[in-house]
Order: sequence, then C-alpha cells, then structure tokens
Amino acid sequence: MDLDPVLLARIQFGFTISFHIIFPSFTIGLSAYIATLEVLWGATGAERYSRLAGFWTKIFAVSFGMGVVSGIVLSYQFGTNWSRFSVVAGNIIGPLAGYEVLTAFFLEATFLGILLFGRNRVPRWLHVFSAIAVSVGTAISAFWILAANSWMHTPAGHEMRDGVAHATDWLAIIFNPSFIYRFAHMLNASFLTAAFVVIAVGARYVLANRHMDEARTMLRMGIGLAAILAPLQLFIGDQHGLNTLEHQPVKVAAMEAHWDGSKPGDFHIFAWPDEKAERNWFEISIPRGSSLVLRHDPNGLFPGLTSVPPQDRPPLLTVFFGFRIMLAVGFFMIAAALCGAWLMWRKILFDTRWYQYVVANTWWVGFVAVIAGWIVTETGRQPWVVYGIQRTADATSPVPSSSLATTLALFVLVYGVVFSVGIYYINRLIAKGPQARDEPPPGFGSRPPPTAIAAETVHAEG
Amino acid sequence: MDWDLPLIWAGVIGVAVAMYVILDGFDLGLGILFPFARSDRDRDQMLASIAPFWDGNETWLVLGGGGLLAAFPKAYAAIMPALYLPVIVMLLGLVFRGVTFEFRGIARRKGRWNFAFAAGSTVAAFAQGVILGGLIQGIRVENGQFAGGPLDWATPFALLCGLGVVAGYALLGATWLVMKVEGELADHARAQAKMLLAAVLVFMAIVSLWTPLAVPRIFERWFSMPNILYLWPVPIVTALTALAAWRWLDQRPGARPFVAAIVLFLLGYLGLAISTFPYLVPPTLTIWDAAAGPASQAFLLIGTLILLPIILGYTAMVYWIFRGRVRAGESYH
Repeated sequence: MDLDPVLLARIQFGFTISFHIIFPSFTIGLSAYIATLEVLWGATGAERYSRLAGFWTKIFAVSFGMGVVSGIVLSYQFGTNWSRFSVVAGNIIGPLAGYEVLTAFFLEATFLGILLFGRNRVPRWLHVFSAIAVSVGTAISAFWILAANSWMHTPAGHEMRDGVAHATDWLAIIFNPSFIYRFAHMLNASFLTAAFVVIAVGARYVLANRHMDEARTMLRMGIGLAAILAPLQLFIGDQHGLNTLEHQPVKVAAMEAHWDGSKPGDFHIFAWPDEKAERNWFEISIPRGSSLVLRHDPNGLFPGLTSVPPQDRPPLLTVFFGFRIMLAVGFFMIAAALCGAWLMWRKILFDTRWYQYVVANTWWVGFVAVIAGWIVTETGRQPWVVYGIQRTADATSPVPSSSLATTLALFVLVYGVVFSVGIYYINRLIAKGPQARDEPPPGFGSRPPPTAIAAETVHAEG
Repeated sequence: MDWDLPLIWAGVIGVAVAMYVILDGFDLGLGILFPFARSDRDRDQMLASIAPFWDGNETWLVLGGGGLLAAFPKAYAAIMPALYLPVIVMLLGLVFRGVTFEFRGIARRKGRWNFAFAAGSTVAAFAQGVILGGLIQGIRVENGQFAGGPLDWATPFALLCGLGVVAGYALLGATWLVMKVEGELADHARAQAKMLLAAVLVFMAIVSLWTPLAVPRIFERWFSMPNILYLWPVPIVTALTALAAWRWLDQRPGARPFVAAIVLFLLGYLGLAISTFPYLVPPTLTIWDAAAGPASQAFLLIGTLILLPIILGYTAMVYWIFRGRVRAGESYH
C-alpha cells in the first residue's frame, strides 16, 4: 500500500478524537445539570426535580460510558500513533495527563458507581455529593487536558535540550498563554451543548403533550442558561481569537482567508480560498470586517497568509470553512436562546409551536459547533504538532501504512456501530421519559441490609 | 535530597499495573465466563456484581498508560508502536465490553450484547497477555525508536501468554463470583474455578520454564549464585498458594479462594518483575534509560503520593458500600 503514513495516522487520530469529544462536550454540561437537579430536589422537595435527575442520569450513564471507552483509546494513541511526539513532548504532556487521571478520572469513575447504583444504599447527602463529585471531576478533567492541548498551541515554561522539551516552570506550562481562553471557551461550549439537548427534549415533550411538568422545567432551565451563556460565548470566543492572533497569527489568517497583511482584512461571509493562486474566489464580504473585529479599527492591519512560506501554512479550506460553520451555529444558538427568553418573558413560550418545533429538532447544534471549533484550532496549528517545536510529520510512530489502514477501518466500523446504537438507545430512553424514582425506605442510610445489592436500586429505577 | 526517581516510578507504575490486573482482571474474567453461564438470569446477576466497580477498575489502565508516558516517555514511545496491533485490538475489545454495561440493560434482545461483552472481554484479555509476552521476549529499539516489524510480537510464546492471561482472568472472575453471588451460580462458579486453577498453574509452569530457557539473562537472574538462595521461596510459595486455593474452593467457599487467586497473580507478577528488572523495554531500555526528566518525574510524584492514598480510600469506600452478595434474580437494570 502506498498511502502516506502521516496522513493515515492523522486521519485515524482525527477520527478517534472527534468521536471522543462528542461525549465530554455533552457530559461535562449534563453532569452539572444533574448535580443542580439533585440539589434543587433536596432544597425544594419538588418531585419533578427528582424525576428529571433520574431521567438524565440514565442518559448520562450511556453517554459517559461511550466517553470513557473512547477516551481510554486516546491515552494509548499518543504512543501508538505519535511516538516521536511522546519523546519530544512527553516530559510536559505526560505529567499533565497523569494529573488528569489522578484528580479526575478516578473521581468520576468511582462516584459514578454511587450515583448510578447507590441511591438506596447511601445517605441522601452522599448521593447528592456523588453527583457533584462526578460533575467536578469532568470539569477537572477538562482543565488538565486543555492545559496539555493549549501547551501544544502556545508552549511555555520549558527549555529544549537535545531536541526534547524539559519542564522549567510548571505554573507557566499549565497556565500557558492560550489556556484560560481555551478552557473557558470549551467549558462554556459544553454547558451550551447540554443546554440545547435539554431544551430539545423539553420541546419534544411539550409538542407531544407528555411529561408537561418536567418539560416546562427543562425548557425554562435550558433557555435561561443558554440566554446567558450563548452571548457570553461570543465574547469568550472573541477574546480567544485575539489571543490566537497574538500567538498564532497564521491560524487567524487562515480562518479569515486573509492573504495580504499590508491591507486591512475583509470579513468573508463566503469565499473559496485558492491555495495555489494565493487569492479567494466568489467573495461575499463585509469590507474591513476582520480588521474591525481583530484590531477594533477598520484600518487595522494583521498578518496575512503570505507572511509565511506555503509549507508553513495550515490546510486552508478546512480551517476557513470550519470557522464559518462554528460561527453560523453559534449565532443560531444566540438567536434561539434570546428568542426563547423573550417568549418566556412574554409568557407565550408554551403556546409558540413553531419555536418548540425548531428547538426540538436542533439538539445537535452544540456538537457541531464543538467539533467545528476543534477542527479549526487543531488544523490551524498545522503543520506543527507542538507549535514552533515539532512538525506533525516528525511526530509519527514507526508504524507501517498497512497497520494504520487496517486499524482505521476497524475504528470506523466499531465506533460506527457503537455510536449508532448509543444514539438509538438514548432515543429510546427519551421516548420512555422521566419516571418516578422509588424513595429510600424510612430510617435508611446508616446501615444498609447486607444482602441488599446495587442492582435492586437500578431495577426499581429502570 | 537524592532520590532515585526512576526506581520509585517503576514501583508506582508496577503498583498501578498490579491494581489493574487484579481489579479489571476479575471483571474481564466475568466476561470470559459469560458464554458458559447457564441463563440470562445468571448473566444479569454476574453483571450486577461488577456494575458499580468496572469503570473505576478500568481507570487503573489509564493510570498505567498515562504514568508510563509521564515517567518513562521513551519506553512508552518504544512499546506502543512495537505492540501496535495488540494494543489497538485490546482497546477495541474494551470499547465493546464497556458499552455493554449500559446498552444491554436498554436492549430488548440481550443476545448480541451478551456476545459483545464476552467477545470484548476475551479479546481484551488475550491482547493484554500478548502485550505482556511481547514485552518479555523483547523489543528491537534503535536510536530511541522501535525498529522492528509490525508482527514481531506474534510468536508462540506471546500467544501462549495471551491464553494464560485469559485463563488467569477467568479464574479471578470465577472466584469473585464464589465470593460475591448467592445460589446455584456460586456453585457453578466454584466448579469452573477449579478447572481454571489447574489451567492457570499449567500456564504459569510453562512460562516459568520457557523464559529462563529462551533468555539467558533470565536464566542467570534465577539460577546463578547467590540469587537462587533468595529466590527459591517464590515458586514454593506459589505452589502453596495454589494448594490453599484448591482446598478453600472445596471447603471454605467465601472470600478466601478470591484472595488466593489474587496472591497467585501477584506472585506471577513478582516473578516476571524479577525476570525483567531493571529493564522496562528488554533488552535495551532500563528504567533509568527511559526515564523522563527529573523535573517531570518529581512534579507528578508529589501529586501521586498525595492523591493515590485518597483514591484508594474512596475506592475502598465504594467496595464497602456495595458489599454483600448479589442474589439470584437480581439484575443490573
């Protein structure tokens, strides 16, 4: 086989990591929602919070399971696909990944056991605490992995000795220049992703006139959260963009398809960038729009693609169109959230069918925005794997194309099956809807009977 | 302070891998035993006995991989490409069995998920054995990178190790059931455990003889003076443990057979450590050759020393919360 092993390794890693990111971007937000519901139930005693917490916990369990198994794959792919990267950057990436396991993975995995199966075996406070622990664990996990990822974009706190990065300042490594922006952007994205799924499920029930009590609560909570976070995401994204302009100007030039740095940049709503001719075709642009956003000045200048030789430019079409997809979805989310908030304020939300119909069918928007955004930032870093330190082509493992092609096919097959079935089962859970949870027996909590078992709880719940 | 950080890290990762092998060993073992269960009721009961634990158990594998990357990046970079196919196959096996826990409960037809759980667990266990065998027999490294072919690992020895680990995990799984479930399923598992114990002993004996005969370095480690004076108790204690496991399976079918199976595993593990130390990637990279920079090893070690006891604490808490036997007819969903 004559396929380029670098390309195959990238396709494979791109596939497995894109598949994986679907689940964390949902479960980080969803776990916080579940913890909130459990706390609200404890505070108000309102049954709908209890039913909702039980309902979403089941969906969380399915999603989290897929996230766990696809995440384990990644922790080994650094070595299977990128062994030379592991040697060059292992001193930095390794300990950050290690802290992720120690501070987050064990916490999530262990307390998930109590959250799913322990409701009738532990005091109520410990069950609520477990929901919070799982949620905090997912956020801590994002903290470490984004520190590691951000370091690959904006390396800091290290020195190169014999071609290998050695740590000199761990705080500078973790809080590297792009970390805070990326962390805030991703965390917020995850909350938005979960919010739009919750809104969609709520709207689906309202349209079907089922579970109306829970549906109203879901719509109110989801829209309320999204109305704040969606506009906030625009601000965070803008700040992140300015940070990228400072540290990775070529990535920004690719996002804007901006060739000539000696002229102000137009914002292209649509264009077809031509890498060979070094120009754009079919431009529909807002004149000087990019300069206005990036320099807050219509005449402001920023580096263009021609500032670096072609071999130092990222794949243009992917970055350019990925960015536009993310923006389009982002603006849709802002519009949908603000429109929903307005309808809620006018107290006509539950009578406005067209709105319910739209949001019931746009559960997927957050996922698309997250994946598109990650494709922009990761592809935009190319041709570097660690910006300015190691090129992706120098990062691969000595694994032949035949092995890579075989396993890529296996990954596509297995993930395709698992993902389809997972979505199908989640839909089945949604179709079934929230159910009453059985209450713990009186006096329960101090000493559960030794023969009672985990499964009883779930049996009764499910 | 002048600590030998690579040595400490070798110990930490050794503990993580041992924890993984024991904890995920018994729940993978249940998957291996799945096709031999008598009914779906039994399978429900089997899954219920591990449902709250499996995710935490599997996290030790991530700690092993992550810890290896952090503390010994050069070993990680050599091992993963060398054992590329078995590693990926193991991961895919784990995907299938991992999703089964939730999927099977929702599915209307359990059959296909019974198969996914059994096949995923068995394939993952076999691949882990192959990885172990591949490591023991050695990896060709030049200029810090793997320099062999994609199928170098595929030797009769590695395949034998694969079968050995399948039998070993199945033994851990069967003795777990003896301890953890009630009713006929426990009796059924007891009979299985006895057969598996015999099989595991055969595999251990073959590997113990094969490795010193095939690798002079390992022969020297065990049979030269004065090592032989210190090391002769290892096989003796192993034999005594096996004997105890057999007797307990007959007479005291509670937690004891499970404990004996764990001790048996730890002894086998100790034996392999004695054979390979100080190599992490035999026959080229020792733990000192492969070590990360001291700044990296020290940074993560601080966190490990603080966090690992906490992790062990709440892990123990979860096992305590879900103590007791799973009754017949109890299912996971």
